[in-house]
This record gives sequence, C-alpha cells and structure tokens, in this order.
Amino acid sequence: MTTSSAIERAGARRDPAILRKRLAGYGLLSPALVLMILMLALPVLALVLMSFWTQNGFELDRSFTLDNYRQLVATSDEPTYWMGIPFPFAYPVPAILMLKSLGMSLAATVAVIAVAYPMAYFMAFRVTHNKALWIILITIPFWTSYLLRVFSWKIVLGFNGAINSGLKYLGLIDEPLEFLLYNPTAVVITLSHAWVAFAILPIYVSLEKIDRTLLEAASDLGDSRLKRFFRITLPLSAPGTIAASLLVFIPTVGDYVTPALVGGPGGTMIGSLVQDLFLKQNNAPMGAAVSIVMMLIIAFLVGLFLWAIGYRKLRSRRA
Amino acid sequence: MFRRPDFLWVYAVIFIAFLYGPVLLMPIFSVNDGNFATFPLKGFTLRHYSSMAANTSMMLALQNSLKIAILVAVLSTTLAIPAALAITRFRLPGAGPIVSFMMLPLVIPSIVMGVALLVIILKFLGIQLSLWTVASGHILICLPYCMSVLMSRLEGFDPSLEEASRDLGCNAWQTFVRVTLPLAMPGVISSLLMGFIISFDEFVIAFFLTGTENTLPVYLYSQLRFPNKLPGTLALGSLILLVSAVFVVLAEIIRKRGVQSGNPGDL
Repeated sequence: MTTSSAIERAGARRDPAILRKRLAGYGLLSPALVLMILMLALPVLALVLMSFWTQNGFELDRSFTLDNYRQLVATSDEPTYWMGIPFPFAYPVPAILMLKSLGMSLAATVAVIAVAYPMAYFMAFRVTHNKALWIILITIPFWTSYLLRVFSWKIVLGFNGAINSGLKYLGLIDEPLEFLLYNPTAVVITLSHAWVAFAILPIYVSLEKIDRTLLEAASDLGDSRLKRFFRITLPLSAPGTIAASLLVFIPTVGDYVTPALVGGPGGTMIGSLVQDLFLKQNNAPMGAAVSIVMMLIIAFLVGLFLWAIGYRKLRSRRA
Repeated sequence: MFRRPDFLWVYAVIFIAFLYGPVLLMPIFSVNDGNFATFPLKGFTLRHYSSMAANTSMMLALQNSLKIAILVAVLSTTLAIPAALAITRFRLPGAGPIVSFMMLPLVIPSIVMGVALLVIILKFLGIQLSLWTVASGHILICLPYCMSVLMSRLEGFDPSLEEASRDLGCNAWQTFVRVTLPLAMPGVISSLLMGFIISFDEFVIAFFLTGTENTLPVYLYSQLRFPNKLPGTLALGSLILLVSAVFVVLAEIIRKRGVQSGNPGDL
C-alpha cells in the first residue's frame, strides 16, 4: 500500500461526507447482494449440511455423520477397472465418473480453445469493417437455448440422423453408422460446439487490447510473423485465453444435459450421477456429498492450474 | 471485404458454418414433409407448425415460460440497476470481492445451483415447488448478466453529466430519473432482453425446481425422448431459436448503438 492511499483511507474514515456516500453506496448494493447471499451462499451451505445427513429409505436422518464421504472413499480389496485404471473403491462409480468427466471436459476445453483462438484472432486482426456484425454472429448461438444446441447434434449424429441418412442417400454406406452417437466422443464434440461461442469473446477482448505498436516494433526489430506471434501476441492474449478455458472447463465438468441427450449409457458424467441420486434414487444426502466433492476437486484443480502457470504474475505484468 | 483472402478468412467461414450448421438443421427438417429428420428432404409443409396451436400442454408451458421470463427480466434488471450504480459510481471498499461473488453463477455448474436450491427449498424451508421457485432460481443466474451489461453501460458515459445535474440543483433521485436513467436506457433495455432470453431458454434449474407445471424447455425435454413427437419438437425448437435470435440481435444492436454513438443520450 502506498503512503498516499493510506492517508486517503485515514481521511475517509474521519470525513463524514465520504462515510455517508459509502453508506449510500452499500445501501444501493444491498438488495442485489442480500438476494445473492440468500439464494447462492445459503443454499450452498444447506447443501454442505445435507451432505452430513443420511437417507434411510424414505426417512431423512438429520444426525451429523461423515458416512456419505466415508462411503465415497471406502476401499475394497478387489479394484474395479475402468480403461485399465484400477479403482480400489467399494463404491467406485463416483470416482470413475469424476475422472471421466474431468477427462471429457478437458478434451472439450482443449478443442474449444484450439477452434476459438484462430476465430478470435481473425476478428481482432483481420476484420476491419462490420466488427459489430461479426460479434453478433458469434453471440447469437451462445444465447440460444443450450438444450436445442445439444439436441441438434442428436439430429446430426443419430441412427436416423442427417449424416447417416445423407451418406445412405449418396450411396456411400448401406447401413447406418452406429458409432456416431451415444458415446463419450459424441459428448465431447457436442460440448465443444455448445461452448465454443462462450470462449471466443474473452480471447477476442484480450487480443483486441494488444497495443499494435508492439507488433510493429517486433517486426522492425527483425522478428518474422510467426516469431512475433509467439513472442508478443500469444503471451499478451494468455489471460483472456486462460479465462476462456476456465469458463468452459468449470461448467462442463458438471453438465448433465449433454450426456443425457447424446451420451448414451457409455457417455454418462458426474452430473448424470448427481441428477440420478437426487431425482431417481432419492438419496439427496449422497447427491449433496458428490456435488460438494465435485466442486472441491474442480476448485483444487483450477487453483493448481492457475498457480502452475503463474496467473498472478501474468496479470500484474499486464497492469 | 475480401481484399486480402487468406487462410483465416477461409477458416472463419468454415467456423461459422460449423457453429450454425447443426442448429439450422432444425428449421430445415421442421418444414420437411416427413416424420423423421432424414435426408433426402421430401417436400415443404407447415403442418407441424399448424398442429402446435392445438397442443394444449405445449401452449400452457409457453404461457408459464413467458410469465416467468417477463417477471425475471423485470426483477433482475430492477435489482441490478442500483447495484451497478453502487459499483460504478461509489468507490466502495470491498467492491472487487463483492462483484466476484455476484459473478459466481457464471462459473458454478448449474446442476450444483439447481440441487442446492432444491435442498434449501424442500428440506430446510419446506416450500412446495412451483413456477415461483423456478423464477427465483432464474433471477439468480440472470443477475450477473444484467449487472455486467449495466455496469459496462454506466462506465461508458461521462459522470460529469450527473455532477452537472447535482450542481444545477437536482437531488440524487431527480438526477437518477432525469440524467442517469435516460443515459443508461440502452443498457437497461438490453438487460431486460437478456434476462428474458436467459430465463426463457433455461432448462437445468427449471428442471430441478419446477413442481407440477412445466416451462417450455422442460416440456421440450420431455418430448425429446419420443421419436414420434420429433416433427412437432423440431417446429417448437425452430420457433424458440427464432425468438432467441431476434431478442439477442435487438439487445446487441441497442447496446452497441448506445456505446458507440457520439451523443450519449442516443438510443
């Protein structure tokens, strides 16, 4: 903290006019903030509390216990194998689905960034006229129904879908290709398509902010265009790209609409299990425990990722 | 525009085709005279659309969705205006963390918000699920969007206009009604439109929080399982896509114009 801001703060504490203004500011903020606390913080606390309860048939046992968590990590002597990986758990489904969801989300995030970055680059550096038009063109799909965007892939990939019927009509295949739909790959493709519009804007904004004279300087000093891209453009757009990848990765881990519509039995994710525990198996406490563990794992991984790449340094360098 | 045709232009065109292609299949197949979404197309028909009006459960779901979306748009914008003012006009200590907290619904998986609200509503408060519980869940996810639209609009015009109004003798309320609100109008309208469209399209939270009555996306989801309902589903889906697209374009145009125009009072 600099000396001048410390003096400013000390002055503000005494100056009644500034205090009144702050009070008015908090007053204006409070309706929305109180609502958010009531509807976000309290429900999440309730979910945490619920995860320490247990369900016995139709009865909800409200005594505090770690049983749900214990059940999630209880070991078994005979490990369950998934993709050759041993899971030494007595109840291995959540652990397997968690790992699978993380893998599928990671694949979708990498695909989204790979596809979105060139498009954002194009919008920032190539489009000179009608920039707003391109932005609207990118924005529309992102605001239209997620459910319908996912469903459209069922029409594309389905047994009687557009690809199969089209190929059959053209005489390229005799029987519909069954491997298109209801598998993890279909889920990853659909997730990438559904979230790609979401990722372009943050990347675009960070590219747009780059001082063009830096690029000219690099060229003047003898950098080739490729070298210039790796030394200037890519590092300076990193914060936006990282933000975009997190904006895609975090929500997709918990998605269950996409696995439900195009995943089939093999493409289920952790969100499918949460939904199942709450609505079908009537085991809300276990569902709550699984959601909490999911959130903690996501938060831990995101924190680890940001620490590993030195996000703080990256941001402060820009400022 | 094609003065410099290069790889990136080709890529952009392919990208837009990839982005819109699957979704555009829906309107195409919805006017196809057949019961499956298959090529070759058989002929043009509007019968899937005309049969929609007779579908009472669909019409009821539509009414429910419209009611919720209007209520949510108005309430979240009303809550977001003072909050956005507080963040942009008052130098509040702790504003940064507060804004981060309020933007959390953008990154929390909606299934977590859905089950958390379900738990507190059913097990802690003992309230019956209804359209009201859906609407309250929707306000939660619309607020961050409304806030960011309004904040960027309020940051976009000169605060000295408000100071001038106060110097000329208006009190805080008069300044707000006569100066701030008209200037922020493009942001307010685009916040209303966005709130409407987010709520109108939202499925996951509505699925968890609805009682016996359906919203349109929940109804649509229940129909997706039945192959024989496909043509009607496609027609309904196409109409929803159309409504969303029109609203988004309107919201974007109004917002962009407000930001770009030289006269800050222009709509």
